[in-house]
Amino acid sequence: MADDVWILGIHMTKFGKHPDLDTVDLAAEAAMGALKDGGVTMKDMGVLAAGNLMAANAGIGQQLQKQIGQTGIPVFNVANACATGATALRTAIMAVKAGEADYGLAVGVEKLSGAGLLGGGGSPKKDGNVYEPKGRYGSVVPTDGRIGTDTMPGTFAQIGMEYGHKYGGTSFELFARISEKNHAHSTLNPLAAYSKRFTLEEIMGDIMIAYPNTRPMCSANCDGAAAAVVVSDAKLKTLDPDQRRRAVKVSASILTSDPWQDQCQILPDVNTLTKMAADQAYAQSGVSPEDLDLVELHDCFATAELVHYDNLRLCAEGEAVPFFESGATWRDGATPVNVSGGLESKGHPIAATGIANIWEVCHHLRGEAGDRQIEGAKVGLAHVIGLGSACGVHILEKAATN
Amino acid sequence: MAEQVPLVNYLVLGEDPHLVAQECTSCGAKFFDRRNACASCSATEFKPFDVPTSGELKAFTIVSMAAPGVPVPFVAGIIDCDGTPVRGNVINTEPDPDHVTLGMKVKLATFVVGTDENGTEAVGFGFEPIDSTKAEASNG
Ligand SMILES: [Zn+2]
Repeated sequence: MADDVWILGIHMTKFGKHPDLDTVDLAAEAAMGALKDGGVTMKDMGVLAAGNLMAANAGIGQQLQKQIGQTGIPVFNVANACATGATALRTAIMAVKAGEADYGLAVGVEKLSGAGLLGGGGSPKKDGNVYEPKGRYGSVVPTDGRIGTDTMPGTFAQIGMEYGHKYGGTSFELFARISEKNHAHSTLNPLAAYSKRFTLEEIMGDIMIAYPNTRPMCSANCDGAAAAVVVSDAKLKTLDPDQRRRAVKVSASILTSDPWQDQCQILPDVNTLTKMAADQAYAQSGVSPEDLDLVELHDCFATAELVHYDNLRLCAEGEAVPFFESGATWRDGATPVNVSGGLESKGHPIAATGIANIWEVCHHLRGEAGDRQIEGAKVGLAHVIGLGSACGVHILEKAATN
Repeated sequence: MAEQVPLVNYLVLGEDPHLVAQECTSCGAKFFDRRNACASCSATEFKPFDVPTSGELKAFTIVSMAAPGVPVPFVAGIIDCDGTPVRGNVINTEPDPDHVTLGMKVKLATFVVGTDENGTEAVGFGFEPIDSTKAEASNG
Protein backbone atom coordinates (compact mmCIF):
# COMPACT_ATOMS: atom_id res chain seq x y z
CA MET A 1 0.00 0.00 0.00
CA ALA A 2 1.39 3.34 -1.04
CA ASP A 3 1.85 6.06 1.58
CA ASP A 4 -0.97 8.39 2.47
CA VAL A 5 -1.65 11.57 0.53
CA TRP A 6 -2.83 14.70 2.33
CA ILE A 7 -4.74 17.84 1.44
CA LEU A 8 -2.37 20.60 2.50
CA GLY A 9 -4.24 23.64 1.23
CA ILE A 10 -7.69 24.21 -0.22
CA HIS A 11 -9.80 27.14 -1.36
CA MET A 12 -13.08 27.92 -3.03
CA THR A 13 -14.29 31.22 -4.43
CA LYS A 14 -17.66 32.63 -3.60
CA PHE A 15 -20.15 30.81 -5.82
CA GLY A 16 -22.55 33.07 -7.68
CA LYS A 17 -22.31 35.72 -10.37
CA HIS A 18 -18.82 37.03 -11.20
CA PRO A 19 -19.46 39.20 -14.26
CA ASP A 20 -16.06 40.91 -13.99
CA LEU A 21 -13.98 37.73 -13.69
CA ASP A 22 -13.28 35.24 -16.49
CA THR A 23 -12.54 31.54 -15.99
CA VAL A 24 -8.80 32.18 -15.71
CA ASP A 25 -9.34 34.88 -13.06
CA LEU A 26 -11.55 32.55 -11.05
CA ALA A 27 -9.18 29.59 -11.40
CA ALA A 28 -6.26 31.83 -10.35
CA GLU A 29 -8.13 33.06 -7.29
CA ALA A 30 -8.86 29.48 -6.21
CA ALA A 31 -5.34 28.22 -6.97
CA MET A 32 -3.57 31.12 -5.24
CA GLY A 33 -5.90 30.68 -2.28
CA ALA A 34 -5.12 26.97 -2.01
CA LEU A 35 -1.36 27.55 -2.29
CA LYS A 36 -1.49 30.24 0.40
CA ASP A 37 -3.67 28.07 2.62
CA GLY A 38 -1.04 25.30 2.34
CA GLY A 39 1.91 27.63 2.86
CA VAL A 40 3.48 26.74 -0.50
CA THR A 41 3.90 28.36 -3.93
CA MET A 42 3.59 27.35 -7.57
CA LYS A 43 7.34 26.61 -7.52
CA ASP A 44 6.73 23.70 -5.16
CA MET A 45 4.11 22.02 -7.36
CA GLY A 46 5.18 18.94 -9.31
CA VAL A 47 1.97 18.38 -11.23
CA LEU A 48 -1.15 20.35 -12.17
CA ALA A 49 -4.54 18.85 -13.02
CA ALA A 50 -7.27 21.24 -14.10
CA GLY A 51 -10.77 21.18 -15.52
CA ASN A 52 -13.22 23.61 -17.11
CA LEU A 53 -15.96 21.57 -18.73
CA MET A 54 -17.64 24.23 -20.86
CA ALA A 55 -14.32 25.01 -22.58
CA ALA A 56 -12.71 21.60 -22.22
CA ASN A 57 -10.54 22.09 -25.32
CA ALA A 58 -9.08 25.43 -24.22
CA GLY A 59 -6.40 24.06 -21.90
CA ILE A 60 -7.38 25.77 -18.66
CA GLY A 61 -4.29 24.26 -16.97
CA GLN A 62 -1.83 26.12 -19.19
CA GLN A 63 -4.00 29.25 -19.16
CA LEU A 64 -3.82 29.16 -15.37
CA GLN A 65 -0.04 28.69 -15.43
CA LYS A 66 0.31 31.85 -17.49
CA GLN A 67 -1.72 33.66 -14.85
CA ILE A 68 0.12 32.39 -11.76
CA GLY A 69 3.35 30.64 -12.72
CA GLN A 70 4.79 28.81 -15.74
CA THR A 71 7.15 26.29 -14.20
CA GLY A 72 7.17 23.63 -16.90
CA ILE A 73 5.48 20.93 -14.82
CA PRO A 74 3.17 18.37 -16.47
CA VAL A 75 -0.41 19.56 -16.90
CA PHE A 76 -3.39 17.27 -17.16
CA ASN A 77 -6.46 19.03 -18.54
CA VAL A 78 -9.36 16.80 -17.56
CA ALA A 79 -13.03 16.61 -18.51
CA ASN A 80 -15.47 14.19 -16.87
CA ALA A 81 -18.82 15.98 -16.91
CA CYS A 82 -19.91 17.00 -13.40
CA ALA A 83 -17.14 14.81 -11.94
CA THR A 84 -14.45 16.96 -13.60
CA GLY A 85 -13.23 18.55 -10.35
CA ALA A 86 -13.03 15.20 -8.58
CA THR A 87 -11.17 13.82 -11.59
CA ALA A 88 -8.60 16.65 -11.40
CA LEU A 89 -8.10 15.96 -7.71
CA ARG A 90 -7.86 12.22 -8.31
CA THR A 91 -5.24 12.85 -11.02
CA ALA A 92 -3.07 14.96 -8.71
CA ILE A 93 -3.43 12.38 -5.94
CA MET A 94 -2.41 9.57 -8.33
CA ALA A 95 0.73 11.44 -9.38
CA VAL A 96 1.73 11.99 -5.75
CA LYS A 97 0.85 8.43 -4.79
CA ALA A 98 2.92 7.14 -7.70
CA GLY A 99 5.92 9.01 -6.35
CA GLU A 100 6.21 11.25 -9.41
CA ALA A 101 5.61 14.45 -7.44
CA ASP A 102 5.76 15.59 -3.80
CA TYR A 103 3.07 18.19 -4.34
CA GLY A 104 0.15 18.40 -6.76
CA LEU A 105 -2.37 21.14 -7.53
CA ALA A 106 -5.93 20.39 -8.65
CA VAL A 107 -8.24 23.12 -9.95
CA GLY A 108 -11.81 23.20 -11.24
CA VAL A 109 -13.54 26.27 -12.62
CA GLU A 110 -16.77 27.12 -14.44
CA LYS A 111 -18.66 30.18 -15.65
CA LEU A 112 -22.31 29.20 -15.82
CA SER A 113 -24.34 32.21 -14.70
CA GLY A 114 -27.35 32.53 -16.96
CA ALA A 115 -26.59 29.28 -18.79
CA GLY A 116 -30.21 28.15 -18.51
CA LEU A 117 -31.33 24.60 -19.01
CA LEU A 118 -28.53 22.08 -19.47
CA GLY A 119 -28.86 18.99 -21.61
CA GLY A 120 -31.23 18.70 -24.51
CA GLY A 121 -29.30 21.24 -26.55
CA GLY A 122 -29.11 24.97 -25.98
CA SER A 123 -30.17 26.08 -29.45
CA PRO A 124 -33.16 25.15 -31.56
CA LYS A 125 -32.71 22.08 -33.73
CA LYS A 126 -34.50 22.47 -37.03
CA ASP A 127 -36.33 19.67 -38.72
CA GLY A 128 -35.06 19.05 -42.25
CA ASN A 129 -37.09 19.99 -45.30
CA VAL A 130 -36.82 16.46 -46.68
CA TYR A 131 -36.68 13.56 -44.25
CA GLU A 132 -33.34 11.83 -44.25
CA PRO A 133 -32.23 9.37 -41.56
CA LYS A 134 -29.35 10.77 -39.55
CA GLY A 135 -27.13 9.61 -36.73
CA ARG A 136 -26.92 6.40 -34.74
CA TYR A 137 -30.69 5.93 -34.60
CA GLY A 138 -31.40 6.95 -38.16
CA SER A 139 -33.72 9.67 -36.91
CA VAL A 140 -35.49 11.87 -39.45
CA VAL A 141 -36.29 14.63 -36.92
CA PRO A 142 -34.74 15.44 -33.53
CA THR A 143 -35.81 12.92 -30.91
CA ASP A 144 -35.45 15.00 -27.72
CA GLY A 145 -38.98 15.48 -26.40
CA ARG A 146 -40.41 13.00 -28.92
CA ILE A 147 -38.73 9.90 -27.54
CA GLY A 148 -38.20 10.76 -23.89
CA THR A 149 -36.14 13.68 -22.67
CA ASP A 150 -32.49 14.66 -22.84
CA THR A 151 -32.78 17.39 -20.22
CA MET A 152 -30.89 16.98 -16.96
CA PRO A 153 -33.90 17.84 -14.73
CA GLY A 154 -35.99 15.27 -16.59
CA THR A 155 -33.30 12.61 -16.49
CA PHE A 156 -32.74 12.94 -12.75
CA ALA A 157 -36.47 13.19 -12.11
CA GLN A 158 -36.86 9.75 -13.67
CA ILE A 159 -33.96 8.43 -11.58
CA GLY A 160 -35.78 9.48 -8.40
CA MET A 161 -39.13 8.19 -9.64
CA GLU A 162 -37.57 4.86 -10.54
CA TYR A 163 -36.34 4.52 -6.95
CA GLY A 164 -39.84 5.34 -5.75
CA HIS A 165 -41.33 2.70 -8.01
CA LYS A 166 -38.86 0.09 -6.80
CA TYR A 167 -39.05 0.75 -3.07
CA GLY A 168 -42.13 2.94 -2.50
CA GLY A 169 -42.63 5.87 -0.19
CA THR A 170 -41.68 8.73 -2.49
CA SER A 171 -43.91 11.65 -3.41
CA PHE A 172 -43.60 15.15 -4.82
CA GLU A 173 -43.68 16.42 -1.25
CA LEU A 174 -40.96 14.07 -0.04
CA PHE A 175 -38.56 15.23 -2.76
CA ALA A 176 -39.47 18.85 -1.99
CA ARG A 177 -38.64 18.30 1.68
CA ILE A 178 -35.11 17.21 0.71
CA SER A 179 -34.74 20.54 -1.07
CA GLU A 180 -36.19 22.33 1.97
CA LYS A 181 -33.38 20.83 4.07
CA ASN A 182 -30.58 21.91 1.75
CA HIS A 183 -31.91 25.45 1.37
CA ALA A 184 -32.21 25.67 5.17
CA HIS A 185 -28.58 24.53 5.50
CA SER A 186 -27.42 27.14 2.99
CA THR A 187 -28.39 30.03 5.26
CA LEU A 188 -25.19 29.34 7.23
CA ASN A 189 -22.91 29.32 4.17
CA PRO A 190 -21.60 32.75 3.14
CA LEU A 191 -20.02 31.31 -0.03
CA ALA A 192 -23.30 29.81 -1.34
CA ALA A 193 -24.80 31.32 -4.48
CA TYR A 194 -28.20 31.30 -2.78
CA SER A 195 -28.63 31.30 1.00
CA LYS A 196 -32.35 31.85 1.35
CA ARG A 197 -34.55 29.48 3.31
CA PHE A 198 -37.70 28.36 1.48
CA THR A 199 -40.85 26.95 3.00
CA LEU A 200 -42.13 23.63 1.70
CA GLU A 201 -45.08 25.46 0.14
CA GLU A 202 -42.75 27.85 -1.67
CA ILE A 203 -40.69 24.98 -3.06
CA MET A 204 -43.72 22.99 -4.23
CA GLY A 205 -45.42 26.08 -5.60
CA ASP A 206 -42.43 27.31 -7.61
CA ILE A 207 -42.06 26.86 -11.37
CA MET A 208 -42.20 23.19 -12.38
CA ILE A 209 -39.16 22.23 -14.45
CA ALA A 210 -39.57 18.46 -14.75
CA TYR A 211 -42.02 16.82 -12.35
CA PRO A 212 -41.35 16.27 -9.52
CA ASN A 213 -38.46 18.79 -9.62
CA THR A 214 -39.47 22.46 -9.33
CA ARG A 215 -36.91 25.23 -9.83
CA PRO A 216 -35.52 25.33 -6.25
CA MET A 217 -35.14 21.54 -6.41
CA CYS A 218 -32.63 21.90 -9.29
CA SER A 219 -28.94 22.75 -8.94
CA ALA A 220 -28.17 26.41 -9.42
CA ASN A 221 -26.10 27.45 -12.44
CA CYS A 222 -23.41 29.87 -11.26
CA ASP A 223 -19.77 30.88 -11.55
CA GLY A 224 -17.10 29.55 -9.25
CA ALA A 225 -13.78 27.81 -8.79
CA ALA A 226 -12.11 25.58 -6.24
CA ALA A 227 -8.57 24.29 -5.88
CA ALA A 228 -6.63 21.93 -3.65
CA VAL A 229 -2.93 21.30 -2.97
CA VAL A 230 -2.05 17.70 -2.15
CA VAL A 231 1.20 16.52 -0.59
CA SER A 232 2.91 13.20 0.02
CA ASP A 233 3.17 11.76 3.50
CA ALA A 234 6.96 11.92 3.41
CA LYS A 235 7.01 15.59 2.42
CA LEU A 236 4.33 16.51 4.96
CA LYS A 237 6.54 15.11 7.74
CA THR A 238 9.16 17.77 6.87
CA LEU A 239 6.70 20.68 7.12
CA ASP A 240 5.82 23.02 9.99
CA PRO A 241 3.65 21.76 12.89
CA ASP A 242 0.85 24.10 11.87
CA GLN A 243 0.81 22.77 8.30
CA ARG A 244 0.76 19.24 9.67
CA ARG A 245 -2.03 20.03 12.12
CA ARG A 246 -4.27 21.48 9.41
CA ALA A 247 -3.51 18.81 6.81
CA VAL A 248 -6.46 16.53 6.02
CA LYS A 249 -5.82 12.88 5.24
CA VAL A 250 -7.15 11.49 1.98
CA SER A 251 -8.21 8.10 3.28
CA ALA A 252 -9.81 7.07 0.00
CA SER A 253 -9.77 8.52 -3.51
CA ILE A 254 -11.94 6.59 -5.94
CA LEU A 255 -13.14 7.17 -9.48
CA THR A 256 -15.48 4.79 -11.30
CA SER A 257 -17.36 4.67 -14.61
CA ASP A 258 -20.72 3.08 -15.30
CA PRO A 259 -20.58 -0.67 -15.86
CA TRP A 260 -23.10 -2.31 -18.19
CA GLN A 261 -26.58 -2.56 -16.74
CA ASP A 262 -29.65 -3.60 -18.74
CA GLN A 263 -31.25 -0.18 -18.68
CA CYS A 264 -28.19 2.08 -18.94
CA GLN A 265 -28.67 2.95 -22.62
CA ILE A 266 -32.25 4.05 -21.85
CA LEU A 267 -31.71 6.00 -18.62
CA PRO A 268 -28.21 6.78 -17.34
CA ASP A 269 -27.43 4.53 -14.40
CA VAL A 270 -26.07 6.72 -11.59
CA ASN A 271 -26.56 4.02 -9.00
CA THR A 272 -24.23 1.13 -9.79
CA LEU A 273 -21.07 3.19 -10.23
CA THR A 274 -21.81 5.16 -7.05
CA LYS A 275 -22.28 1.94 -5.09
CA MET A 276 -19.01 0.62 -6.53
CA ALA A 277 -17.16 3.82 -5.66
CA ALA A 278 -18.58 3.90 -2.14
CA ASP A 279 -17.74 0.26 -1.48
CA GLN A 280 -14.20 0.74 -2.76
CA ALA A 281 -13.80 3.91 -0.69
CA TYR A 282 -14.98 2.22 2.51
CA ALA A 283 -12.65 -0.73 1.85
CA GLN A 284 -9.67 1.51 1.05
CA SER A 285 -10.15 3.73 4.11
CA GLY A 286 -11.36 1.21 6.66
CA VAL A 287 -14.10 3.73 7.43
CA SER A 288 -17.70 2.55 7.63
CA PRO A 289 -20.79 4.64 6.81
CA GLU A 290 -21.68 4.92 10.51
CA ASP A 291 -18.32 6.63 11.14
CA LEU A 292 -19.14 9.57 8.85
CA ASP A 293 -19.63 12.90 10.62
CA LEU A 294 -20.78 14.61 7.44
CA VAL A 295 -21.42 13.86 3.77
CA GLU A 296 -21.42 16.19 0.79
CA LEU A 297 -23.21 14.34 -2.00
CA HIS A 298 -24.22 15.24 -5.54
CA ASP A 299 -27.70 16.70 -5.14
CA CYS A 300 -27.84 18.05 -8.69
CA PHE A 301 -31.60 17.60 -8.19
CA ALA A 302 -33.63 16.81 -5.08
CA THR A 303 -34.59 13.50 -6.70
CA ALA A 304 -30.90 12.58 -6.96
CA GLU A 305 -30.10 13.16 -3.29
CA LEU A 306 -32.57 10.48 -2.23
CA VAL A 307 -31.05 7.70 -4.35
CA HIS A 308 -27.53 8.53 -3.20
CA TYR A 309 -28.42 7.97 0.48
CA ASP A 310 -28.86 4.39 -0.61
CA ASN A 311 -26.00 4.29 -3.14
CA LEU A 312 -23.49 5.63 -0.59
CA ARG A 313 -24.69 3.00 1.93
CA LEU A 314 -25.80 5.70 4.39
CA CYS A 315 -28.92 3.55 4.92
CA ALA A 316 -29.89 -0.05 4.27
CA GLU A 317 -30.89 -0.92 0.69
CA GLY A 318 -34.32 0.48 -0.16
CA GLU A 319 -34.49 2.50 3.07
CA ALA A 320 -33.65 5.98 1.77
CA VAL A 321 -37.14 7.34 2.44
CA PRO A 322 -37.38 6.32 6.11
CA PHE A 323 -33.74 7.36 6.52
CA PHE A 324 -34.56 10.88 5.33
CA GLU A 325 -37.81 10.97 7.30
CA SER A 326 -35.89 10.12 10.49
CA GLY A 327 -34.18 13.50 10.19
CA ALA A 328 -30.76 11.83 9.89
CA THR A 329 -29.57 14.04 7.06
CA TRP A 330 -30.36 17.42 8.64
CA ARG A 331 -27.32 19.13 10.17
CA ASP A 332 -28.33 18.03 13.67
CA GLY A 333 -29.04 14.47 12.54
CA ALA A 334 -26.99 11.28 12.71
CA THR A 335 -25.49 11.70 9.21
CA PRO A 336 -25.62 15.35 8.16
CA VAL A 337 -25.83 15.60 4.35
CA ASN A 338 -25.02 18.74 2.38
CA VAL A 339 -24.58 21.12 5.28
CA SER A 340 -23.07 23.48 2.69
CA GLY A 341 -26.53 23.82 1.14
CA GLY A 342 -25.64 21.39 -1.64
CA LEU A 343 -25.80 22.07 -5.34
CA GLU A 344 -29.40 23.27 -5.04
CA SER A 345 -28.35 26.37 -3.06
CA LYS A 346 -24.56 26.56 -2.88
CA GLY A 347 -24.58 26.27 -6.65
CA HIS A 348 -23.09 23.97 -9.27
CA PRO A 349 -20.27 25.52 -11.31
CA ILE A 350 -19.69 22.12 -12.87
CA ALA A 351 -15.91 21.57 -12.81
CA ALA A 352 -15.54 23.34 -9.46
CA THR A 353 -18.13 21.19 -7.70
CA GLY A 354 -15.93 18.11 -7.19
CA ILE A 355 -13.33 20.15 -5.29
CA ALA A 356 -15.73 22.52 -3.53
CA ASN A 357 -17.34 19.56 -1.77
CA ILE A 358 -13.87 18.51 -0.55
CA TRP A 359 -13.33 22.09 0.67
CA GLU A 360 -16.51 21.88 2.70
CA VAL A 361 -15.55 18.61 4.36
CA CYS A 362 -11.97 19.80 5.05
CA HIS A 363 -13.23 22.90 6.79
CA HIS A 364 -15.32 20.88 9.21
CA LEU A 365 -12.46 18.44 9.88
CA ARG A 366 -10.14 21.37 10.60
CA GLY A 367 -12.74 22.98 12.86
CA GLU A 368 -12.78 26.05 10.61
CA ALA A 369 -16.35 25.92 9.28
CA GLY A 370 -17.61 28.84 11.34
CA ASP A 371 -21.33 29.03 12.07
CA ARG A 372 -22.10 25.79 10.31
CA GLN A 373 -19.34 23.74 11.97
CA ILE A 374 -20.35 20.16 12.70
CA GLU A 375 -18.86 19.88 16.17
CA GLY A 376 -16.09 17.36 16.58
CA ALA A 377 -16.15 16.22 12.94
CA LYS A 378 -13.38 13.69 12.30
CA VAL A 379 -14.43 11.84 9.12
CA GLY A 380 -16.29 13.01 6.04
CA LEU A 381 -17.22 11.83 2.56
CA ALA A 382 -17.51 13.82 -0.68
CA HIS A 383 -19.31 12.46 -3.74
CA VAL A 384 -19.94 13.64 -7.30
CA ILE A 385 -21.56 12.14 -10.37
CA GLY A 386 -20.94 13.18 -13.94
CA LEU A 387 -23.47 11.84 -16.42
CA GLY A 388 -22.00 9.66 -19.04
CA SER A 389 -20.98 8.51 -16.42
CA ALA A 390 -18.22 9.09 -13.87
CA CYS A 391 -18.36 8.96 -10.09
CA GLY A 392 -15.83 10.34 -7.64
CA VAL A 393 -15.85 9.47 -3.94
CA HIS A 394 -13.30 10.79 -1.47
CA ILE A 395 -13.15 9.96 2.23
CA LEU A 396 -11.26 12.49 4.34
CA GLU A 397 -10.03 12.27 7.91
CA LYS A 398 -8.83 14.81 10.42
CA ALA A 399 -5.11 14.74 11.07
CA ALA A 400 -4.05 12.75 14.13
CA THR A 401 -3.26 15.27 16.86
CA ASN A 402 0.28 16.48 17.08
CA MET B 1 -51.98 7.41 -48.57
CA ALA B 2 -48.83 9.40 -48.01
CA GLU B 3 -45.50 7.64 -47.95
CA GLN B 4 -44.32 7.08 -44.38
CA VAL B 5 -40.88 6.82 -42.81
CA PRO B 6 -40.14 5.85 -39.22
CA LEU B 7 -38.86 8.54 -36.83
CA VAL B 8 -35.98 6.23 -35.93
CA ASN B 9 -34.55 3.17 -37.62
CA TYR B 10 -35.48 0.82 -34.75
CA LEU B 11 -39.19 1.49 -35.27
CA VAL B 12 -40.83 -0.91 -37.74
CA LEU B 13 -44.04 0.41 -39.31
CA GLY B 14 -46.75 -1.60 -41.08
CA GLU B 15 -49.67 -3.58 -39.72
CA ASP B 16 -48.08 -4.33 -36.36
CA PRO B 17 -45.75 -1.48 -35.51
CA HIS B 18 -43.02 -2.51 -33.10
CA LEU B 19 -39.46 -1.79 -32.05
CA VAL B 20 -36.49 -3.93 -33.06
CA ALA B 21 -33.39 -4.17 -30.90
CA GLN B 22 -30.06 -5.81 -31.66
CA GLU B 23 -29.63 -8.72 -29.29
CA CYS B 24 -26.26 -10.10 -28.30
CA THR B 25 -26.32 -13.80 -29.25
CA SER B 26 -24.05 -14.57 -26.34
CA CYS B 27 -25.60 -12.85 -23.31
CA GLY B 28 -28.92 -11.49 -24.58
CA ALA B 29 -28.16 -7.81 -23.95
CA LYS B 30 -30.23 -5.58 -26.22
CA PHE B 31 -29.16 -2.40 -28.00
CA PHE B 32 -31.06 0.17 -30.04
CA ASP B 33 -27.95 1.37 -31.88
CA ARG B 34 -24.97 -0.37 -33.48
CA ARG B 35 -22.17 -1.79 -31.35
CA ASN B 36 -18.88 -3.32 -32.40
CA ALA B 37 -18.85 -5.57 -29.37
CA CYS B 38 -21.39 -6.19 -26.65
CA ALA B 39 -21.11 -3.65 -23.83
CA SER B 40 -22.09 -6.39 -21.41
CA CYS B 41 -19.97 -9.39 -22.44
CA SER B 42 -17.72 -8.24 -25.34
CA ALA B 43 -19.07 -10.82 -27.79
CA THR B 44 -19.45 -9.59 -31.38
CA GLU B 45 -22.51 -11.39 -32.80
CA PHE B 46 -25.94 -9.75 -32.75
CA LYS B 47 -29.36 -10.70 -34.09
CA PRO B 48 -32.59 -8.69 -34.43
CA PHE B 49 -35.04 -8.94 -31.53
CA ASP B 50 -38.69 -7.86 -31.73
CA VAL B 51 -39.42 -5.91 -28.56
CA PRO B 52 -42.81 -6.69 -26.94
CA THR B 53 -45.22 -3.80 -27.54
CA SER B 54 -46.72 -3.59 -24.09
CA GLY B 55 -45.17 -3.04 -20.72
CA GLU B 56 -45.13 -1.24 -17.42
CA LEU B 57 -44.13 2.34 -16.70
CA LYS B 58 -41.27 2.12 -14.21
CA ALA B 59 -40.18 5.76 -14.18
CA PHE B 60 -41.47 9.00 -15.63
CA THR B 61 -41.17 12.75 -15.51
CA ILE B 62 -43.44 15.48 -16.79
CA VAL B 63 -41.18 17.89 -18.63
CA SER B 64 -42.32 21.51 -18.44
CA MET B 65 -39.07 23.19 -19.54
CA ALA B 66 -37.25 21.87 -22.60
CA ALA B 67 -35.00 23.03 -25.42
CA PRO B 68 -36.50 25.62 -27.77
CA GLY B 69 -38.81 23.99 -30.30
CA VAL B 70 -39.74 21.06 -28.06
CA PRO B 71 -43.45 21.28 -27.19
CA VAL B 72 -44.20 21.05 -23.45
CA PRO B 73 -45.52 19.64 -21.26
CA PHE B 74 -44.88 16.04 -22.20
CA VAL B 75 -44.39 12.83 -20.25
CA ALA B 76 -41.05 11.08 -20.73
CA GLY B 77 -40.78 7.61 -19.34
CA ILE B 78 -39.00 4.31 -19.04
CA ILE B 79 -41.13 1.34 -20.00
CA ASP B 80 -40.27 -2.22 -19.06
CA CYS B 81 -41.51 -4.13 -22.11
CA ASP B 82 -41.51 -7.63 -20.68
CA GLY B 83 -37.86 -7.42 -19.69
CA THR B 84 -36.61 -4.97 -22.31
CA PRO B 85 -36.28 -1.38 -21.06
CA VAL B 86 -37.50 1.16 -23.61
CA ARG B 87 -37.37 4.94 -23.60
CA GLY B 88 -40.45 6.77 -24.83
CA ASN B 89 -43.12 9.34 -24.14
CA VAL B 90 -46.42 8.46 -22.51
CA ILE B 91 -49.05 9.70 -24.97
CA ASN B 92 -52.80 9.85 -25.47
CA THR B 93 -53.45 10.85 -21.87
CA GLU B 94 -53.30 14.07 -19.86
CA PRO B 95 -49.70 14.94 -18.90
CA ASP B 96 -50.30 15.23 -15.16
CA PRO B 97 -49.65 13.02 -12.10
CA ASP B 98 -53.35 12.14 -11.81
CA HIS B 99 -53.31 10.43 -15.20
CA VAL B 100 -49.76 9.11 -15.28
CA THR B 101 -48.68 6.82 -12.45
CA LEU B 102 -45.77 4.54 -11.69
CA GLY B 103 -46.52 0.95 -12.56
CA MET B 104 -49.29 1.76 -15.03
CA LYS B 105 -49.67 -0.64 -17.96
CA VAL B 106 -49.03 0.87 -21.37
CA LYS B 107 -48.78 -0.21 -24.99
CA LEU B 108 -46.98 1.09 -28.03
CA ALA B 109 -48.84 3.49 -30.28
CA THR B 110 -47.68 5.38 -33.34
CA PHE B 111 -48.53 8.85 -34.56
CA VAL B 112 -47.55 11.20 -37.35
CA VAL B 113 -44.80 13.55 -36.18
CA GLY B 114 -44.68 15.75 -39.28
CA THR B 115 -44.64 15.93 -43.06
CA ASP B 116 -41.73 16.95 -45.25
CA GLU B 117 -41.93 18.99 -48.46
CA ASN B 118 -42.32 15.82 -50.55
CA GLY B 119 -45.41 14.92 -48.54
CA THR B 120 -43.65 12.09 -46.73
CA GLU B 121 -44.88 11.55 -43.20
CA ALA B 122 -42.54 10.84 -40.31
CA VAL B 123 -44.13 8.38 -37.87
CA GLY B 124 -43.04 8.31 -34.25
CA PHE B 125 -44.03 6.11 -31.33
CA GLY B 126 -45.07 6.51 -27.75
CA PHE B 127 -46.82 4.46 -25.11
CA GLU B 128 -50.49 4.91 -24.25
CA PRO B 129 -52.34 3.67 -21.18
CA ILE B 130 -54.06 0.31 -21.51
CA ASP B 131 -57.55 1.24 -20.39
CA SER B 132 -58.42 -2.00 -18.59
CA THR B 133 -55.71 -1.47 -15.98
CA LYS B 134 -56.92 2.05 -15.31
CA ALA B 135 -60.38 0.66 -14.61
CA GLU B 136 -58.92 -2.03 -12.37
CA ALA B 137 -56.88 0.51 -10.51
CA SER B 138 -59.84 2.74 -9.83
CA ASN B 139 -61.91 -0.23 -8.70
CA GLY B 140 -59.10 -1.55 -6.51
ZN1 LIG C 1 -23.31 -9.83 -24.68
